[in-house]
Amino acid sequence: MRNSTDATRLGINRTGLQMSPEHAQEMLEGTQLLEMDMPAGTSDEADGQALSAMRQEYIAMADPLGSVPAPATLKGAAKSGAKMLTGRRPQVFIDKLSERLAFERGGTRLYDAVYAKALASKGDISKVPAEELLEIRNSEARHALLIKECMETLGADPTAQTPCADLVGVESAGLLQAVSDPRTTLAQTLHAALAAELIDNEGWEDLMTMAREMGHDDMANRFKQALDEEAVHLTKVRNWYTLLTMETSELM
Amino acid sequence: MTLALFEDRGTPLNQQRFTWRELAGKPISKLDDDAFTRVRVILMNGIETEALRFSHAAARFNLEFRRPLAEIRRVEQHQATMVNWLLGADHSPLETTIGYEQVAIEITAALAQQEPDPYLAQVYRFGLLEDFDHMYRYSALLDRLEGKDSNNILQSYTDVLPGRPTVVEHRAPENDLRRPFDRKTAAPLTKLNALTLTASEHQTHDYYMNIGPLFADPVARQLYAEIASIEEQHVTQYESLLDPSQSLLENWLLHEAMEAYLYYSCVQQEPNPRIKAMWERMLSYELGHFHMVAELFKKHERQDPQEIVGERLPEPVKFESQREFVRATLAQEVDLRPSGHDFVGLEQEPQRSIEYRNHMNSEGSPSETVAAGYTWRPGTEVLTRAQVRAA
Repeated sequence: MRNSTDATRLGINRTGLQMSPEHAQEMLEGTQLLEMDMPAGTSDEADGQALSAMRQEYIAMADPLGSVPAPATLKGAAKSGAKMLTGRRPQVFIDKLSERLAFERGGTRLYDAVYAKALASKGDISKVPAEELLEIRNSEARHALLIKECMETLGADPTAQTPCADLVGVESAGLLQAVSDPRTTLAQTLHAALAAELIDNEGWEDLMTMAREMGHDDMANRFKQALDEEAVHLTKVRNWYTLLTMETSELM
Repeated sequence: MTLALFEDRGTPLNQQRFTWRELAGKPISKLDDDAFTRVRVILMNGIETEALRFSHAAARFNLEFRRPLAEIRRVEQHQATMVNWLLGADHSPLETTIGYEQVAIEITAALAQQEPDPYLAQVYRFGLLEDFDHMYRYSALLDRLEGKDSNNILQSYTDVLPGRPTVVEHRAPENDLRRPFDRKTAAPLTKLNALTLTASEHQTHDYYMNIGPLFADPVARQLYAEIASIEEQHVTQYESLLDPSQSLLENWLLHEAMEAYLYYSCVQQEPNPRIKAMWERMLSYELGHFHMVAELFKKHERQDPQEIVGERLPEPVKFESQREFVRATLAQEVDLRPSGHDFVGLEQEPQRSIEYRNHMNSEGSPSETVAAGYTWRPGTEVLTRAQVRAA
């Protein structure tokens, strides 16, 4: 892929009805025959309810993804100097820390792929400085280390995969696929990175609030700094994405 | 005392029934269940899919048994589904891959130690060191692509270290063929072990062939292509251990005995009560199948099936970490290479294997690329070293 414009060329896209008018007509005729044979009272809405009912049954009987491992401070095995966790269910904080750690680690790898895309996309490179992408990548890695340190001070295990950490892997799988595909342009890649940054900013905001409410002001202050850095990432990625998209539509 | 195969007749075939809801039941927990529960799930899916594969092949060569084959096969299909659907959707395909390689390492190592025939044990140790290396390469991919730690899947039971490098595992087809056991003299356990590894590697091959194209990342696509090719070699290797003079019914009988044996092993060691109950149900179904086939065997071959499979099942397969055995094997046998049926030193490797792999690797080696400089670290490389990259 030479540059982002290449991905929006006009061509022989075969997916729509307009591309095959005769076959499309036959498809529609088949549908009409089926509808004529359907019993009275059948509706999309009723069919949707059956599907929803089965989902609800499964939801009602489902087990959770898993549990949060008890931190040493709760097991009574805290090392000296470890900070005590307070609150009725402090494991929620551990779970959210672990989530952020997983996301920052995954984000580091996501930006490894974005960086490679930027280096390879020579046609776009003047708009997106690769060294700034690398700096974002390194910032994500530093944030992962920050969370690791915080978890260690609480006696929590930063190597464990908690339920929310597990789930961010599921959530971001599509973003990683979009970024790591060699066929996607830098603009398309940045669209996925933008989604990641929006999630990340929200995540740090929540974590900062939670840390403060649990009485860990020092952590909250460090999270605030991370949030400020993430806000810079968001602005940069958004601007690059907008710039490339506008450029490919020749609106600038 | 182990299970007496011919005493417990299991569930009659006409009572072996399922509903769709049972087939798509609650999955195990990726986070809370023991890694060996996942190992058992993956292994038993491999055993069931082998049952289907064998049954279809058999039906192509025999008219008379098509109906009983079809009847039992229908149940095997649903057993495979019920077992495989235990894997939760929060496993990424790559995390499941780590689970597959853990199966390959731990089960191959366990069978290598229980195998009474020294030649087959040697073959298993040889294959083990190759799968061991796959674990290292896939762990590097998991870390460097998804930013995840393979030990979350492995739960510290299995080492993540280089084995026989994947880049040198590629060889000419004739050097993947081994000497088969002799059906007349081999112990029942020898036959069951060889079938088990053939089944397990076959499903691993099929899994990689199916999920490889799901990856967008080009290194991942290449790595799955490369390791799927080795798994194909492994299927060739393990399959070649089976005595080709075994009759269709003898083969079928052994398949059913293998299924019963492995479910029996699962039942003995499963800590999750819900899953243990499932293994018990599956064992009972397999005993039902076994007795059906034993009757056919008696009728058509006029031989006592006990002569083929023995009176009792062998001691259960050990589902536990084989770390020390794997390390010792690695230290002593990593440089072995196959020459025809035999294993030789590095310098004696046949030229045809070298030429074959030199060409395959001539445009680069994905397994080398993905793991360049990789060392497993708790919580991924990102948390421990070089977290900040230079431009």
